[in-house]
Amino acid sequence: MKANQIANVCAEYNNQPEALIEILHDVQHENGFLSNTALIDVANALNISRAEIHGVVSFYDDFRREPAIGPCIKICRAEACQAVGGEKTAAHAKNKKIETHDVYCLGNCALGPAVMIDDKLYGRVTPKKLDAIVKQRSAS
Amino acid sequence: MTKNTIKIFVPCDAAALSVGANDIANEIKKIARKIGEHIQIIRNGSRGMLWLEPLVEVETKAGRIAYGPVQAGDIQSLFDADFLSGKPHELCLGLTEKIPYFAKQERLTFSRCGLIDPVSMADYALHGGLSGLRKALATTPENIIDIVTKSGLRGRGGAGFPTGIKWKTALEAVADQKYICANADEGDSGTFADRMLMEGDPFVLLEGMVIAGLATGATIGYIYIRSEYPHAINTMRRAVEFWRKSDLLGANILGSGKAFDIHVRRGAGAYICGEETSMLESLEGKRGQIKVKPPIPAIEGLFGKPTIINNVLSLASVPIILDKGAGFYQNYGQGRARGTQPFQLGGDIKHGGMVEKAFGVTLRELVEDFGGGTLSGKPIRSVQAGGPLGAYIPHSDFDVEMDYEKLAETGAMLGHGGIVVFNENVDMARQARFAMKFCEIESCGKCTPCRIGSVRGKETLDKIIAGEDVTANLELLEDICELMTEGSLCAMGGLTPMPVRSAIKHFGEDFKG
Ligand SMILES: Cc1cc2nc3c(=O)[nH]c(=O)nc-3n(C[C@H](O)[C@H](O)[C@H](O)COP(=O)(O)O)c2cc1C
Ligand code: SF4
Ligand code: FES
Repeated sequence: MKANQIANVCAEYNNQPEALIEILHDVQHENGFLSNTALIDVANALNISRAEIHGVVSFYDDFRREPAIGPCIKICRAEACQAVGGEKTAAHAKNKKIETHDVYCLGNCALGPAVMIDDKLYGRVTPKKLDAIVKQRSAS
Repeated sequence: MTKNTIKIFVPCDAAALSVGANDIANEIKKIARKIGEHIQIIRNGSRGMLWLEPLVEVETKAGRIAYGPVQAGDIQSLFDADFLSGKPHELCLGLTEKIPYFAKQERLTFSRCGLIDPVSMADYALHGGLSGLRKALATTPENIIDIVTKSGLRGRGGAGFPTGIKWKTALEAVADQKYICANADEGDSGTFADRMLMEGDPFVLLEGMVIAGLATGATIGYIYIRSEYPHAINTMRRAVEFWRKSDLLGANILGSGKAFDIHVRRGAGAYICGEETSMLESLEGKRGQIKVKPPIPAIEGLFGKPTIINNVLSLASVPIILDKGAGFYQNYGQGRARGTQPFQLGGDIKHGGMVEKAFGVTLRELVEDFGGGTLSGKPIRSVQAGGPLGAYIPHSDFDVEMDYEKLAETGAMLGHGGIVVFNENVDMARQARFAMKFCEIESCGKCTPCRIGSVRGKETLDKIIAGEDVTANLELLEDICELMTEGSLCAMGGLTPMPVRSAIKHFGEDFKG
């Protein structure tokens, strides 16, 4: 996103600082991550300091400061998924060097282990199923 | 002669999608087109019988017939067996409403979820939607609050605070602007009822929020939804757009001259933002740091204005209360826990899903009768109720009646109604360690007992697990728990000791190193 595009996103929210988290989501969705220049553009549009924006970005787990290599794979490490072997799936991902982000509950606790790839939710994700999904995603 | 169009329901609920509901819908469409059958596929919410997802229903003269769990490979055989006429098939479950798991429930808040097309106003109105709002528009704020208070409704977000009393405080606060915030952060592991409702019957949440606005004088509402729920976010946004176009939101609600508008906001992956003061900070575009109370949000909340923060389920229970009356709702439940609670059964459980029952149902009934025991077939060892800050409950307490007070008497809590089942393989010392680790990860960092206590607690549990000075370290752990309970600013640090202490108390044999 160029500076003027970021300015447009901010303008959609009337340049209201209260919409900062929405704006950061939108920018990250377009760019894949939040670069320094993007953050400066947002700070300028909303008339807030760079310190403030860094404070917010660092507080929330969703925001990435580095470009992602592959899709964003979230893997649930919380109790209901632990109870059905979620830790095995997580360990398998690690062994296979599949880049994942730990999250604590995806709201699919009756059909765990749960995994989310970008915005797509999966249930009953055994190590074998994880391999199959990742393969299918990289093929498409 | 043309045949009537056959209605087929395939859920668009995220849990159903997670096990392939979209593929099922596409495959049914494909085969129907090939053989020239006229069908209409309706993407409903989930009925809550999640182990049967994807659950496909066909509308017949006798009622809706269910088939599930359906895999893409089953569909040709379903057509061959003439499932379009509701005929038998090995996946046929009979009439959906007669499936015992469903039939035994008391669906009030979830009365429409799974039944209707989530964003169809015709469906919504046909099944009682908007009746509560119309009654609220015809009466005074004081009377609405009186009804909500008399219904006995208490907050479903965890703390169980009486909803009517909170609303009264906001009504009495004098201000040029007031706000209603729906807490859809649903951060507790083991819970998904807010998500199910937002995806299956989003209008009921909007209706509850508008009524809350009428009752308190608030004219702007926010729905704060966790980012892990993209489907719910999408459905709620569509619902809000639809309501704006239909004059159910805006400057003149149903021609009443009353105003209310709603905005959908996303969270960004912070558990603590489910706590109300943290959520307000986040809604202002800031770090989700906890704020000291008082002032309470109902007096000084969002942008310093009086603000009602209620859980999704609390707000979504209001329309039926207004529609059917305080007495109707109050008749369900027991003691100081009135009405119904959507319980969520997860973890190692055969029949996982959502069960809405009047308060007073026992844990055993939920886990054994509804849940059918474990999915793995192994014996149950423990159940964690009420999310990551809730207690681990042993067998000996399974006959506890599920209500706020009865659970508290056994040292447990209801929280948001999540019930997570663990089999005999669970290592309770590791679960206790996880509770501390979770607190370490999600602590907002504002106060020391939580920020440091959780780290020390985790390290101490590591030593106990490794068999180092077990007795001394258990004593130290108890001191840390005491400090966190007594000294934390909010329930994140304050309740983390609950799973830890309950694990030690009931499963001491796992803490011998
Ligand atoms: C750490 C923490 C997390 C919380 N998370 C949630 C949540 O995800 N959803 C929710 O409704 N309430 C949550 N709460 C409770 C809220 O602070 C607040 O009590 C609730 O939203 C009030 O609504 P109710 O009265 O309708 O329950 C949380 C509280 C704490 C301390
Ligand atoms: S208890 Fe934890 S989460 Fe709550 S204010 Fe203190 S540091 Fe923040
Ligand atoms: S605990 Fe894993 S999805 Fe809820």
